[in-house]
Amino acid sequence: MQSVVFPNKILPYFLVVPQIVLTVVFFFWPAGQALYQSAMREDPFGLQSGFVGLANFRQILADPNYLHAVQVTVVFSVATAVLSMAVALILANAADLVVRGKGLYRTMLIIPYAVAPAVAGMLWLFMFNPSMGTLAYLLRRNGIAWDPLLNGDQAMVLVVVAAAWKQISYNFLFFVAGLQAIPKSLLEAAAIDGARGSRRFWTIVFPLLAPTTFFLLVVNTVYAFFDTFGIIHSVTGGGPAKATETLVYKVYNDGFVNLNLGSSAAQSVVLMVIVIGLTAFQFRFVERRVHYG
Amino acid sequence: MANIGLKDVRKIYSGGVEAIKGVSLDIKDGEMIVLVGPSGCGKSTLLRMVAGLESISSGEVTIADKRVNELEPAERDIAMVFQNYALYPHMSVRQNLAYGLKNRNTPKDEIDSRILEAARALEIEPFLDRKPRQLSGGQRQRVAMGRAIVRKPSVFLFDEPLSNLDAKLRVQMRVEIRRLQRALATTSIYVTHDQMEAMTLADRLVVLNSGRIEQVGTPIELYEKPATTFVATFIGSPSMNLMALAKGADWTIAPGLNIPAQTATLGIRPEDLVVADGSEQLSLRLSIEVAAVELVGAESYIHGLTASGSSVVFRTAGRSAVELGQRTTLTADPRHFHFFKDDGTRL
Repeated sequence: MQSVVFPNKILPYFLVVPQIVLTVVFFFWPAGQALYQSAMREDPFGLQSGFVGLANFRQILADPNYLHAVQVTVVFSVATAVLSMAVALILANAADLVVRGKGLYRTMLIIPYAVAPAVAGMLWLFMFNPSMGTLAYLLRRNGIAWDPLLNGDQAMVLVVVAAAWKQISYNFLFFVAGLQAIPKSLLEAAAIDGARGSRRFWTIVFPLLAPTTFFLLVVNTVYAFFDTFGIIHSVTGGGPAKATETLVYKVYNDGFVNLNLGSSAAQSVVLMVIVIGLTAFQFRFVERRVHYG
Repeated sequence: MANIGLKDVRKIYSGGVEAIKGVSLDIKDGEMIVLVGPSGCGKSTLLRMVAGLESISSGEVTIADKRVNELEPAERDIAMVFQNYALYPHMSVRQNLAYGLKNRNTPKDEIDSRILEAARALEIEPFLDRKPRQLSGGQRQRVAMGRAIVRKPSVFLFDEPLSNLDAKLRVQMRVEIRRLQRALATTSIYVTHDQMEAMTLADRLVVLNSGRIEQVGTPIELYEKPATTFVATFIGSPSMNLMALAKGADWTIAPGLNIPAQTATLGIRPEDLVVADGSEQLSLRLSIEVAAVELVGAESYIHGLTASGSSVVFRTAGRSAVELGQRTTLTADPRHFHFFKDDGTRL
């Protein structure tokens, strides 16, 4: 890389100031606050707070509710990532087969990505609302006792589907690009070698998509962990009986609803560590992902 | 072991473009046919139609006297070597070789013995457990060949397999492909734009030009008796000098020399032109000014311009006797003349 030298000494700093200000105000300051708060505990009236060291962390890690939220988060994230990637992969393969109207087909599939999480949540909530949802009515008519307001597993299914639905578009785009990057002659060689249909997919296409799949797995995990607050908040609010309370949702609930700032801050510090871990993982493996040549 | 038949085969793309305009050809069992022609002449398309990778718009393709138009590539008992090798990058060399056999449910021990046999023949045994990306271009080329021969197909199809190799390796692999093809006696179709490859590999050469066959024959037939001016200029390097008879002013023909009446173009190969020393009789005399001299080692190519500005090239052994800018007179033995009609066909 060529190093650029500005003739003016102050101008370059001036140019990076907006970005630095944004980063400091919206990232470093809150992160610092979270770190600080995680070592503090408020008195019941919120009049003063005292330093408690790692007591908040000890408390949340011993709290069955917190461990339950960890479990919920893992189930939710894995289910969301797998569902959205599987559907996206099927659609991307289908898009490869479309001859006419390829552009239209792809555009339609990208639309869900532009829908705000809360709106997406409301959409699915309305469709599956036990009292007025069209699809809920159909489910009940077919003998399924559909009630996500009382049944935790059904509530989980609902938020997973809503969260996955929003992410399908993103995954679809990457899979389409990944499929296009597979040299046509490889598929032709496979055709001559007698591999057709699903066999060709699992032995040739899917392994060659591995870099894309791996990248999407990390991105989807991060998405399911951190970007699904809006959907959970609008669809179930973490209920019923905390069945859909993920780690992020619990941070919000404990901090802003229950006003236990110390515990909430400690939980967000744990999340921060997870994010740092995932990012490092992504840089290490995904940025230098396997290149077949 | 199989013969291949093409009967009035055509390829018309959905846009109405006709890439193959009716090709008929009979390929004998065990024969090595080379399809050669300039880029865009349809040679690869024709090969891919035999392979089953392109649909056949009309006409019939038969392999071992069986119509294969509607068969999948895998059902045609063919193997193909691609220009970019098309090795499966996520599989080791061994898995690459085994893949086609596994898909056909070949017993495990037979797969192993066939791989070993092919690997020995191609000297790729030490690389069997490497991935393609760990191999050099020449080694990948051998693996691609190996993938074709382990299957023991009745037809080999080669789509410019050597064009990604450097010149030295290309010559080496060319000899090897010929040796293997002879040893296995498998019917083969080989596509190339390199006429040197075409001449050395072919039992019979097929020259294609914009979707049609210009000429079919042994390399020497095509060289000595090109059927059209297209073949005359395409086969042989440097290409044949073509001189329009109407431009007679450039040269003089000895009286009494028999030139057929319908001749529009006279062709003379560069090696048949020599600097005149005055002793020749009953011949043509062509005076040129030397415009360029190319010494390529054992021989030199001398490019000259005639008085009317047409260019002529001739070849001499070793270093050129004439120098740049020099005027000289060329002559040729009438036995080496090629006569063409005004539609470009041979008289």
